[in-house]
Amino acid sequence: MGIRERLSGNEAVANAMRQINPDVMAAFPITPSTEIPQYFSTYVANGKVDTVFVPVESEHSAMSACVGSEAAGARTLTATSSCGLALMWEELYIAASCRLPIALACVNRALSGPININCDHSDSMGARDSGWIQIYAENNQEVYDNFVQAYRIAEHKDVRLPIMICQDGFITSHGVENIELLEDDVVKNFVGEYEPYGYLLDDEKGYAVGPYDNPVHYMEHKKQQTEAMKNAKKVILDVAKEFKGISGREYGLFEEYKLDDADMAIVIIGSAAGTSKDAVDELRAEGKKVGLLKLRVFRPFPAEEIAEALKNVKALAIMDRTDSYSSQGGPLGAEVRGALFSAGVAPKTVNYVYGLGGRDVKVENIKEVYAALEEILATGCVGEKFRYLSVRE
Amino acid sequence: MYNFKEVMSRPERLAGGHRMCAGCGGTITARAVLRALHPEDKAVIANATGCLEVSTFIYPYVAWKDSYIHNAFENAGATLSGVEAAYTALKKKGKVDSTYKFIAFGGDGGTYDIGFQSLSGAMERNHDMVYVCYDNGAYMNTGIQRSSATPHFADTTTTPVGSVSDGKLQNRKDLAEIIASHHIPYVGQTTFIGNFKDIHEKAEKAIYTPGAAFLNVMAPCPRGWRYPAEDIMEICKLGVETCYWPLFEVIDGKWILNYKPKTKLPVEDFLRPQGRFKHLFQKGNEHLIEQFQQEVDERWEQLLRFCEE
Repeated sequence: MGIRERLSGNEAVANAMRQINPDVMAAFPITPSTEIPQYFSTYVANGKVDTVFVPVESEHSAMSACVGSEAAGARTLTATSSCGLALMWEELYIAASCRLPIALACVNRALSGPININCDHSDSMGARDSGWIQIYAENNQEVYDNFVQAYRIAEHKDVRLPIMICQDGFITSHGVENIELLEDDVVKNFVGEYEPYGYLLDDEKGYAVGPYDNPVHYMEHKKQQTEAMKNAKKVILDVAKEFKGISGREYGLFEEYKLDDADMAIVIIGSAAGTSKDAVDELRAEGKKVGLLKLRVFRPFPAEEIAEALKNVKALAIMDRTDSYSSQGGPLGAEVRGALFSAGVAPKTVNYVYGLGGRDVKVENIKEVYAALEEILATGCVGEKFRYLSVRE
Repeated sequence: MYNFKEVMSRPERLAGGHRMCAGCGGTITARAVLRALHPEDKAVIANATGCLEVSTFIYPYVAWKDSYIHNAFENAGATLSGVEAAYTALKKKGKVDSTYKFIAFGGDGGTYDIGFQSLSGAMERNHDMVYVCYDNGAYMNTGIQRSSATPHFADTTTTPVGSVSDGKLQNRKDLAEIIASHHIPYVGQTTFIGNFKDIHEKAEKAIYTPGAAFLNVMAPCPRGWRYPAEDIMEICKLGVETCYWPLFEVIDGKWILNYKPKTKLPVEDFLRPQGRFKHLFQKGNEHLIEQFQQEVDERWEQLLRFCEE
């Protein structure tokens, strides 16, 4: 039986961590993820977990210690946001290339500068090419569920890659919602014991991590890394299926919302998907054929599946909560357009940047996007392909 | 009691065939420290990026007989603290049987400079580990650039001697003193002297003192210092006899001087054999040597006060 609770997103993640009872957590506080190591420290202080908590002096050292710990054979995690994730930058790549299944709770916040503590996706999107699996959540229930599934994906023998479980800073991290927690032993059994592949503290044979890699081998190693990321897609779906068995809750690579017969659709990530669903409902009530694709898994990027899901859409808005400064739009825009082009699916497409630095996203804002799509369909003219939503010009 | 024959006949834990230069002080440091491990104990070695790392672990070959991790340049301290935390966690759960010791090696670049924060954090948290700095006084791996360990006036590739420059403008940072100010259980400063008793005993204390320990080892680099490789023992001896590189320990906050020369040699005896100080011996530069001597004297006097000598 699930446990009904009222929790913030940070509390929800901290509870998942407590239930997982990892070996080591190394973390450094940064708004809005600070509460996660705080909650976790109280679990440590009260003997609710067996974890060794390493209160490092920076996020760079947090991920460095995580690399050391995971390489030593310990199930390891951390939490961070924004500039903290940016400071880990170098280490994110090393964790991935060493094939260390570390779990990171990312509470999305705008990157400086200017300094801003509120939500956008510039932090994790900036780390999109670091080789980490990235899974995003719309609400507190999802981020909890995603975290419970994290290690099953990351530690799978066909994957062995680090995983970032993302949620929107303040919007879900601090927003309290009704949530259903699984029972402790259910989570424990689901996650299981960690059996590292090769590790420093292996009494039998020892292990060496982090060689200098010459051109003779480097590319083969990088190819193996990308194969592991490809494998992650199936594993994510398999784990989701098994998770449904213990929770009744269903997860895929993305969620389709009233997309079946939609002429107009948006692709969006994170909490704004909830707001967008309200906009879809209101517009559907007016008889408009609108729908939504909420991306859950950004890495690996489910290109073929997205193209298939959008193949009948006539006008599409791709919503990026970060700008990539390519002058063409955001990363989601580029990748979704690439996916559509490769599949020969060609709706009229615009790419919006929205919600930067905590700019509020209301139902009416999303309705503006659908109105713009309607105009594109009416006129047959896309106009400006790269737009900013709700910005003073 | 130090038994030279017994210690030197212990099996090597850093195998030959690695690609470090002949006469490299870094390699001598690593071998000397590893000899202090009790043969029955296992170890995890962490290594900052640098000569020692890129020459001893070139895929698919590894020269280290113990478990070994290289992560990046600036984070050997943090990386090894993660390993040590994992050991604590796994030991508690009965998943590791053997006794492990944790030793990090970093050059002065990875220790005094880019890895300083990570080192300070690891020391302050008092992980049961030893951080060993093989201090060769410049970024040798990238081609002899200055570091904050580079001595005053040294000719390096980023402090070249020129028509309006006498080499490095600044004095060197005193890292052992800074780490001692972390109030960790053990700090030692050493180099290669005589029959290696000093470095062996300090390494053994550092490894077997519970909690964080730091060893600062003057590890000459024949390429960067520009002296014949076979003269390394003489160079180290002059470093100690001139009091440029004093041998001392700080045990639980108590400063102990390990060696006081009967006759303190002038520092120019240490400087003269090294090509990086060649310009100091040109006519008209006598005042630079005087300045160097004055700095050595001040630090020596301060150390004597710390050690209540």
